[in-house]
Amino acid sequence: MTTLKVTPLNAAHRAMGAKMVDFGGWDMPVNYGSQIDEHHQVRNDCGMFDVCHMRVVDVNGDGVRAFLRYLLANNADKLHMPGRALYSAMLRPDGHVIDDLIIYFMTEQWFRIVVNAGTADKDIAWMKEQAAKVAPQLTITSRDDLAMVAIQGPNARAKVWQVLPQTQAATEGLKNFQAADCGEYYVARTGYTGEDGFEVMLPKEKVEAFWYDLNKAGVKPIGLGARDTLRLEAGMNLYGQDMDESVGPLESGLAWTVDLQSERDFIGKAALLANPPSSKLVGLVLLDRGVLRGHQKIKTPHGEGEITSGSFSPTLEKSIALARVPNGVAIGDTVQVEIRDKLLNASVVKYPFARNGKGLI
Amino acid sequence: MSNPSNLKYTASHEWVKTEADGTVTIGITQHAQELLGDMVFVEAPTVGRKLKAKEECAVVESVKAAADVYAPISGEVTAINGDLDSSPENINSDPYGAWIFKMKPDNAADVAALLDAAGYQAVVDSEAH
Repeated sequence: MTTLKVTPLNAAHRAMGAKMVDFGGWDMPVNYGSQIDEHHQVRNDCGMFDVCHMRVVDVNGDGVRAFLRYLLANNADKLHMPGRALYSAMLRPDGHVIDDLIIYFMTEQWFRIVVNAGTADKDIAWMKEQAAKVAPQLTITSRDDLAMVAIQGPNARAKVWQVLPQTQAATEGLKNFQAADCGEYYVARTGYTGEDGFEVMLPKEKVEAFWYDLNKAGVKPIGLGARDTLRLEAGMNLYGQDMDESVGPLESGLAWTVDLQSERDFIGKAALLANPPSSKLVGLVLLDRGVLRGHQKIKTPHGEGEITSGSFSPTLEKSIALARVPNGVAIGDTVQVEIRDKLLNASVVKYPFARNGKGLI
Repeated sequence: MSNPSNLKYTASHEWVKTEADGTVTIGITQHAQELLGDMVFVEAPTVGRKLKAKEECAVVESVKAAADVYAPISGEVTAINGDLDSSPENINSDPYGAWIFKMKPDNAADVAALLDAAGYQAVVDSEAH
């Protein structure tokens, strides 16, 4: 048996009664009791997530912006002011997705990138390989000294200010996808739940005290179980499920993040232009009784599709899914999902399914 | 919560209760519901269906995962718990009350051969290691 990696909050999770699971090689909390209660806690009040397993990568040097313009499918030039953040896919030359990530514009010599846990080593190797070819002057540093906590929900920001009053002045004016450097704390108004809130990067040795201080202020810990239903309701892709190195961003609901308009060349652009997608990602709501799950087959008059992520939506109290289906399938259609030996009906919907405390379907 | 001593158990985490009329009532154990977490859907077998021991016959689904429920013994399904259609979470709050289906055993002696509470606990303990 291989040893699981642990975050600096591992002991705190256990002390708070977490049920721990192996999550891609990390020993992480799946819930601290009821996953559904935790889900509602975030939609209605606020909760905190250990996201220390995600990796912060700093790219420093002259020409970092030009490098990211080439490296990523979204355009780093959309970031005009320090503290602005941008979601992007990073593509292979064949247009398939290496990872999805968020970049933060710090200075013209410094961009910060936050990547997924399971792909971090692969991502950094890829970035270094590309930099060696086109921008050898850059340094790419995995910030293993930093920890990250997400505090999400309508009351999340107020709770962070209660615990870190020194950050309030710099962060209360932040809009979505903006961040502020508050000395040891880098505070971003981003998240993975469809709720308001912050993601806070801080020195590893301070994260346990921060976690307990938030808890004392009334912020409840939320496990990976609720994180998954929250992000699914919010219509946010999960790398490894909704897209991976076998598909491109245009088949993965990420066309809005791919800039094919500007003159700019980027890795994967030629392949995207040469291969227009024949399938797309849509939302499904199950009409019959049951639960939609990843990899279930979809039958439509236009051909077969497949569920990429499916679960029960605590907000809608229905089963929902993201599914990759042939282009001909339209919003409002009814398709059939193969669940065990039955074909069940599901309605094709536009996602997100829920955000900001409310169901949208 | 300990496993009630008046019930029989399977290594696949069903509990079995023998009723006064000779039928048996079947549900899933405290340990099973705890592993699965918040229950959101139960698919019970059809009344009248004849089952063989260890046959997949029902499905319980939590937010997290789907799990098969197996027939503990051979016999015929005589009733299903319709309350679980609207309140599958009863399995979480009261696993030994929220039964899933009832069977008429082909052979009453089959029930006696199932695990007792201590035998089932040994199975649970061995899974934890």
